[in-house]
Amino acid sequence: MNQSRSWRARGLAAVGISAALLLAACGGGGPGGEQGPTTQAGASGFNAGSTTVVNPSDKKGGTLKFANEGDWDTLDPGETYYAYSWNFSRLYGRSLMMFKSAPGKEGNQLVPDLAEGPGQASSDAKTWTYKLRQGVKFDDGTEVTSADVKYAVLRSTDKQTFPNGPAYWEGQLDLPSGYKGPYKTPNMNTDSAIETPDKYTIVFHTKKPFAAFDYLAQQPNTMPVPQDKDTGAKYRNTIVSTGPYKFENLQPGKSFNLVRNDQWDPATDPNRKALPDRIEVTLNVNPDDIDNRLISGDLDVAVTALGVQPAAQSRVLQDPTLKENADNPLAARNWYTSINPTVAPLNNIECRKAIMYAMDHTGYQTAYGGQFAGGDLATTILPPNIPGHTAFDLYPAGPDNKGDVEAAKKSLEACGQPNGFETNIAYRAERPKEKATAEAFQQALSRVGIKLALKPYPQGDYFSSYAGNPPYVVKNKLGLALNGWAADWPDGFGFLSQIVDSRVIRPAGGSSNTSVRIPEVDQMLDTALTELDTDRRNQMWGEIDKRVMEEAVIYPGVYSKTLLVRSKNATNIFVTDAYGEYDYLGLGAQK
Amino acid sequence: MTLPPEVGTGAETAAPEAVLVGAAPAEGRSLGQIAWMRLKRDKVALAAGVFLIFLILVAIFAPLIVRLLGDPPNEFHQELIDTAGGTLTPIGRFGGMSWDHLMGIEPVNGRDIFSRIVYGSRISLLIALLATLLSVAIGTTLGIISGFLGGWVDTFTSRLMDMFLAFPLLVFAMALAGVFPDQAFGLEGNQLRIALLIFIIGFFSWPYIGRIIRGQTLTLREREFVESARSIGARRGYILRTEMLPNLIAPILVYSTLLIPTNILFEAALSYLGVGIRPPTPSWGGMLSDAVVYYTQPHFMFWPGMAIFVTVLAFNLFGDGLRDAFDPRANR
Repeated sequence: MNQSRSWRARGLAAVGISAALLLAACGGGGPGGEQGPTTQAGASGFNAGSTTVVNPSDKKGGTLKFANEGDWDTLDPGETYYAYSWNFSRLYGRSLMMFKSAPGKEGNQLVPDLAEGPGQASSDAKTWTYKLRQGVKFDDGTEVTSADVKYAVLRSTDKQTFPNGPAYWEGQLDLPSGYKGPYKTPNMNTDSAIETPDKYTIVFHTKKPFAAFDYLAQQPNTMPVPQDKDTGAKYRNTIVSTGPYKFENLQPGKSFNLVRNDQWDPATDPNRKALPDRIEVTLNVNPDDIDNRLISGDLDVAVTALGVQPAAQSRVLQDPTLKENADNPLAARNWYTSINPTVAPLNNIECRKAIMYAMDHTGYQTAYGGQFAGGDLATTILPPNIPGHTAFDLYPAGPDNKGDVEAAKKSLEACGQPNGFETNIAYRAERPKEKATAEAFQQALSRVGIKLALKPYPQGDYFSSYAGNPPYVVKNKLGLALNGWAADWPDGFGFLSQIVDSRVIRPAGGSSNTSVRIPEVDQMLDTALTELDTDRRNQMWGEIDKRVMEEAVIYPGVYSKTLLVRSKNATNIFVTDAYGEYDYLGLGAQK
Repeated sequence: MTLPPEVGTGAETAAPEAVLVGAAPAEGRSLGQIAWMRLKRDKVALAAGVFLIFLILVAIFAPLIVRLLGDPPNEFHQELIDTAGGTLTPIGRFGGMSWDHLMGIEPVNGRDIFSRIVYGSRISLLIALLATLLSVAIGTTLGIISGFLGGWVDTFTSRLMDMFLAFPLLVFAMALAGVFPDQAFGLEGNQLRIALLIFIIGFFSWPYIGRIIRGQTLTLREREFVESARSIGARRGYILRTEMLPNLIAPILVYSTLLIPTNILFEAALSYLGVGIRPPTPSWGGMLSDAVVYYTQPHFMFWPGMAIFVTVLAFNLFGDGLRDAFDPRANR
């Protein structure tokens, strides 16, 4: 999923540093001094919210305050593409399927939302049928029909109107050629892709087998949009709600509130508790300010859930009372480094292995923020919270995880470069963590004579013009390139398809995958997508992971973790593995 | 302290000069000798000058100093970082200050701040000095030509200076440094970055000195000794080199001393904004930029901030003293 948040956060940090200093000085407050009344004896303590419900409650009412350090990418369900936004969108919209509002691994389960049950597949996994619940209404009182869902999906395929949205539908659905969405080609017959035989039935046809279709159906793109109220790119400010909350006083770039939607009928919705009366969201708030307000209790949720800033990180981890009220969930994200076999001498697998062995693995972890804010040492591509993850370590980094220098030297000899070689490492200039990682690589690899030069590139064109542009990589000898990936949904396909399939590499640049070019892996991915048995399919993702690691073209750095501060006012707090964030649907408020 | 010029005080401050003249009545003194005598009496400027010499020596002998007193500037010391607690801040008080690490260590990777400050002085001074040299060369040449020739040449040059002064330099510098390729003009990596920074800073700050030189030339041009040289048929080139230039040495020296600190700050600003020197090469501005997110670790920001502050202050004090020493009408 989109990962361009942190630079923006940093830019804001730099601009607002004086304000933040001021607030740090006066906003300290006494931690633990004013703890709200403990409603019920639930689990508590450091990281309790990652697996259990903290402060469980069924009490309705109250207000929750959210803050976002930047602007929302967009609230339009047809375009939004951030994990936090998908998590949040379940408050105001209902997609065909959704991730269960439950703590930990249980949150990875798909449950029917607008649909009555999971999709019914044809035997070739190319036709998927959903039955809609009856009696679901828009916030203006009109009933939701299958045509509204079809319209919502079709409008999201218009990438000129919604350039930043996910591109799965137009890639998978069997749309007629030349179809450009309902705005530009309104009269084209799209029954080859989506049929609506009656008001409550919708049938999808894909070009190729797509066994994990229910994951597509949980995307906010399937949240119904009434055609007569659709205003294209401007719909983001006038969204018609189907969930328990609707928008109030939406001021783009500043703030908006969610208030109860009286047309939402709990009888049609087994998944939502809808506890708070109001949710107030402020946009463009300084990230250090957000941390301080979270700690003081003035704010409930840092909605982008990127974890606290370094300043608050040391404060929270040093103070036992603050640490007790923090969670440290695993995000379904891997911060890794591509080792490009197109750059000599890395075309020799032994030279690639030398890098795998020589790197100081704990140095990678520290550069990303350490064991709490950074993550766990990764040895595979799939993170542990993705179904299909298999634990293995093909390149052990020594007993202290500081790298196996002896093994690296042996690999270098086998590669015919006993004294090491020179190459470059690319990273995104705006990201201090990537800079620190590149520096760590430079230090660690110098132990075996591999000389690295650091090459920072602007984040905006990182993949299109530099590290993801194959000719540029070769010409500028970018042997290593820092990279990271989070799945669009917690599933092997969602995680692997964009980073290990050699067919996504574009000659003109733009792909996250630059280093994995293994025809056998492409085959394995295709085979897995025809497998309708979930357990068998998950096992296949693990096999693909291992096959890629054997080629030593990816150095897995850390399975990303974030340090989140738990709200003092909120109840029913838990992290869902589906997003690696607090489940915004579950939260309640004391007052 | 400093009073507006009055007849009474003016007479008093003129006294040292009278003494000077009295002490050695036999021979005349050159402007340089007089200036040096006066500078010697300005304790603040002298102290600043001594500090600047010390700083230049530090920059030159950085590898030696670091070998004796610190660790290599890019070496990691993550064993001195609180990785177990996860805060990634230096273990120990005052940012891990110890005899091994005189100014403490950086959070996260634990590099020795002392040696990074010492090495950072090289980048700061090198870029600031060479950029100043560049702008002084351009500024003096164009300033003299403009003032001496007058007419359309003067008009053209003056408008050119206005244009350069109105240029949004910082924005342009960021854009240029951001899009510049990694290899150009036979240079690569950091060498190219340094050359680029020198060019940007030097090429765009020449009008400041150019205007002053033009003004000085305009007044000198009408002086008697120039008139007389011209009347006996001296050629333009001769007048420029022999009559004008020596009389311009003083303002050139003074204003380049005052331009250096501006350039140091500008380099620091560019490094801070991430368009300066490539990491991991240490530079003061870059260190400040790294320190921003760790505002709970004041030592990390304190040392590079201090280094910039003291250096800029020393250049300014020295430049002020130099100006007073060269200016016979200076009133202290």
